[in-house]
Amino acid sequence: MMDDFFIRALIAGIGIALVTGPLGCFVIWRRLSFFGDTLSHAALLGVTFSISFDINISLSVFIISSLVAIILLRLQKNTNLAGDALLGLLAHSSLAIGLVVLGFLSFIRFDIMGLLFGDILSVTLSDLLIIWIGGGVIILILTLIWRPLFASTVNYEIAEAEGLSPEKYNILFTILMAGIIAISIKMVGLLLITGMMIIPAAAARNLSNSPKQMVIISVIFGLLSVSIGLYASLEINTPSGPSVITTSLLFFILSLFKLNKR
Amino acid sequence: MADFNNEKILIKLVKAGICKNDKWLVKDVSFEIHKGKILTLIGPNGSGKTTTAKIALGIHKNIEGEVTSFAKNIGYVPQKINIDWTLPIRVKDFMILTQELNDEEIDQALKLTEVTHLKNRNLRNLSGGEFQRVLLARAIGKKPDLLILDEPVQGVDFAGEVALYEVIKKISDRLQCGILLISHDLHVVMSATDYVVCLNGHICCSGTPNDVAQNKNYQELFGEQASKILSVYEHRHDHAHSSDGVLLKKKL
Repeated sequence: MMDDFFIRALIAGIGIALVTGPLGCFVIWRRLSFFGDTLSHAALLGVTFSISFDINISLSVFIISSLVAIILLRLQKNTNLAGDALLGLLAHSSLAIGLVVLGFLSFIRFDIMGLLFGDILSVTLSDLLIIWIGGGVIILILTLIWRPLFASTVNYEIAEAEGLSPEKYNILFTILMAGIIAISIKMVGLLLITGMMIIPAAAARNLSNSPKQMVIISVIFGLLSVSIGLYASLEINTPSGPSVITTSLLFFILSLFKLNKR
Repeated sequence: MADFNNEKILIKLVKAGICKNDKWLVKDVSFEIHKGKILTLIGPNGSGKTTTAKIALGIHKNIEGEVTSFAKNIGYVPQKINIDWTLPIRVKDFMILTQELNDEEIDQALKLTEVTHLKNRNLRNLSGGEFQRVLLARAIGKKPDLLILDEPVQGVDFAGEVALYEVIKKISDRLQCGILLISHDLHVVMSATDYVVCLNGHICCSGTPNDVAQNKNYQELFGEQASKILSVYEHRHDHAHSSDGVLLKKKL
């Protein structure tokens, strides 16, 4: 029963959950969930580039998402529009451009559903390498910049006054988000990546009273969601990405009971 | 400022100012902060106190004039700080926000602001006075040579204000750091400060607390309130309150 493709899917899912746990906490703390959505919408454009120019899908998604993130940070400084309007603008225009370009590529048969919702059961060995090496790099950078990033999350001005240059770490963090989207798009799908980041972290918030504790619980919920979700997907034949997200939602609902008891 | 000339200068502003959209937020501000001394910026709302502090901190870029800082280690208590409810953070997590501190250093800083008992409490469950003391403790954790405190007594009742200014005085004595204190209230601050700069877009007057209180410009700026100030300043407290409001006899 424990087939090769299932083992590969599990290893991939575990790798992704280890990264989305801590990143998801920062996404929640910094209120960036819609920002994450925008980056993953932009990822579709990245996918079309990868098909057009025949480059690695993760690499091209990473480049396009980072580009959109940097454009967004620029626009936020130089326009009078509110952040959410800018996010909507970039999310939907990059999605639209992606779909238009995809229309031109009619000579290629492409599984758009797999792209939107992920296909964790089609993981190849090279996908595993990308997830674990890319994920390892993201975690390493996050560990190194934890203090200044966390300080600028709590209070930008204290961080700046005490010499931690928060602006730099804000940009670096958005690049890390582009990174996790790039390595997980094939597995989780561009519509579900943000959910993968924020739902386990949201469940962890209800149970934790320190930042590090929240990160650890969030990772545990992520790992459990991946394992249970994938197993359920295999046993009752449901789509894998949505099964993982649904499982994490169950953890969130359970965590609400703990919250109400307090 | 002649009487401070022999002391070590930590930060020096010369004709500093900032101009945004053709409007001067503050202009021609000059002062020095010396080791072990408290300099207080007072002025009405919108007079540029916070802006001046941010110029001194180097947060505002593109400024006019000159800011020379000799401080190696700066502690900052900003005017507004909201702890997002999505963030679970205890006092002891907050203490190591920008710096590595061991348990002993954390305890020392919390002890100096008299809030050691709050170490494991969540930041969101603190009262206004407790929170301000924790903010102070965090800022002094790494023993800074310069402290910049932007309205550190906000959200605190009058008795608590007096107690907090005493804590600030104690910090200044104990750590021998220079302090830039911002306040819009006049009475209490006067007794705990060495030098006062009265700001209203520019420096309207400056000097020792007594000089400023008697200055015409100052009295015009603050009106009737100002005339009461000396009596408050001269008045001696024969008792104090602990952070929970209990009456304490002061040792004289």
